[in-house]
Amino acid sequence: MLRFIGKRLWHGGLTLAALVTLTFFVMRLAPGGPFSRNRKISPEVQANIEAAFHLDEPIWRQFGRFVWGVLRLDLGPSTRHRDYSVNDLIASGLPYSLTIGFWAVVIAAMVGVALGLAGALRRNSATDYLAGTVGVVGIAIPIFVIGPLLQATFALRLNWLPVGGINDGWRSLVLPVIVLALPNIAYISRLTRTSMIETLRENYVRTARAKGIGWHRVLWRHTLTGALLPVIAYLGPATAAIITGSILIETIFAVPGIGRHFVDAALNRDYPLVMGITLLYGGILILFNIATDVIRAILDPRIRNER
Amino acid sequence: MSVDLAPPRGTSTFHLQLRRFRQNGLSMASVVVLAAIVVLCFLGPYAFPFSGEDADFDFISAPAAFIWPHLFGTDDFGRDLLVRVLEGGQVSLTIGFLGALVAGVIGVLYGAVAGYVGGRTDGFMMRLVEILYGFPYVILVILLSLLFGGGNVALFSAIVFTLWLTPAVIVRAQAQSLAQREFVQAARAGGMTGPAIVLQHIVPNCMSTVIVYGSLLVPEVILSESFLSFLGIGIKEPQASWGNLIQTGTAAMDSDLRLLLLPGGLLALVLLCLNFIADGLRDAFDPNDR
Repeated sequence: MLRFIGKRLWHGGLTLAALVTLTFFVMRLAPGGPFSRNRKISPEVQANIEAAFHLDEPIWRQFGRFVWGVLRLDLGPSTRHRDYSVNDLIASGLPYSLTIGFWAVVIAAMVGVALGLAGALRRNSATDYLAGTVGVVGIAIPIFVIGPLLQATFALRLNWLPVGGINDGWRSLVLPVIVLALPNIAYISRLTRTSMIETLRENYVRTARAKGIGWHRVLWRHTLTGALLPVIAYLGPATAAIITGSILIETIFAVPGIGRHFVDAALNRDYPLVMGITLLYGGILILFNIATDVIRAILDPRIRNER
Repeated sequence: MSVDLAPPRGTSTFHLQLRRFRQNGLSMASVVVLAAIVVLCFLGPYAFPFSGEDADFDFISAPAAFIWPHLFGTDDFGRDLLVRVLEGGQVSLTIGFLGALVAGVIGVLYGAVAGYVGGRTDGFMMRLVEILYGFPYVILVILLSLLFGGGNVALFSAIVFTLWLTPAVIVRAQAQSLAQREFVQAARAGGMTGPAIVLQHIVPNCMSTVIVYGSLLVPEVILSESFLSFLGIGIKEPQASWGNLIQTGTAAMDSDLRLLLLPGGLLALVLLCLNFIADGLRDAFDPNDR
């Protein structure tokens, strides 16, 4: 097991290194620079600013400086937000992104699994059709359409909830969390339903029933663990995707999280901030992928004994 | 279920699959609706005496009154909303189908080569795919469209670059098992070259899987395009796309929902149809999967 985890961590580290290197050079190759939009400054001032951010050095030295910074957990100053370091910006934005992401994952997992189970246990019932409809709607309607629609309905017309921002405590969380959870509720409920139907047909389930074990015990003890394996496999990457996917949510609901910082930073060529957030997002994604593999290996001996 | 009679001469598996697809009411209805939307988007604008970029200063922010010529009214610049939505549809649909096609072709060839050749080459090719899979999709697509300098081509390349991975993995698994089959070995013994075997034996035999997953790529590409345009990274004003029209609609939603509902509704309808078609294709081509 330890070897398994070690190998995954090593591969994850390689992937992260590749991602960060690629991002670094892609950002430098993209047209424009962090200070090319300020038209009214003299060339001397421009040169001084660029020297202050080490932008006048050859690109490999800048890269070396960046790697050295990462090793000391110092991501450098932001070129756009004066007086703020990238560490400050991430520290101020991350709590909002994580809060929204966390609740979206919890709600998506609970509602999705419940809908999927209800559909699988009572196939072709009203519940099954309801779950199917939620699934189709959640997958087909993009969150940047359903988000504004919910804003228009519950915030502007009915005035129950704030349109956006973060100043109303839990009330300002409701809409972003629901919108972010919706597509995942759809996927999870579909996945649970298919997998549950398949597992109920397995021989070991029939054997357990034939041995005289009660229906409820078979359902909870024998069937559910097997049926939820694909759901768990989906949840790991989905959690990471939900946290990174908050870029759209944060734009729609004006949440000052790191997703919004990323888009702004990429458009304004704020190199250090882009690098910092890429590193963070990549790390989150890779860690969740590894965690998923480990949990699956614990639950499923077939995967554990593969190599 | 009716009793299956012996199929008439010349009925291939492909024809049977196509027949199975045609019996799926929901999917066929989706095909009809989708075809109607495509025709409307590409021919509809010709019915109007102006283009989507012409401003009509007599009708600025006209409401949706269904009066000729501005059936759904105009936007803040006096541009006709319906025509803009239809022209935006041309962009979104073209990128969607072309993007899925290109990503599919790249993925299929890559996967077929990796699966057929096997060994070190396969290991190396798949490690590359694995690394790319580890990248956060959103970040990659934003960075790439910046690298290519913005605009339609940049957007297209960025989307294709991020979406060819899934078809590659799926086809590679199939190609691996096909490479061991007798007819491939016979072809090799008969002196057929590697590239010819890949193109004439491996790829055609992966086709039904490719069609199923390829149909899921189309909505994904359309979604990516409108997502990036919504964030202001993809297609930019004055050129219309569903993404940037929805963005404009969002900005104006407190006064006028129509600017959001028309492009958003059409986008949702297209995605819905594409998903139903993909479902139908999967049921028809891959009956064991359900």
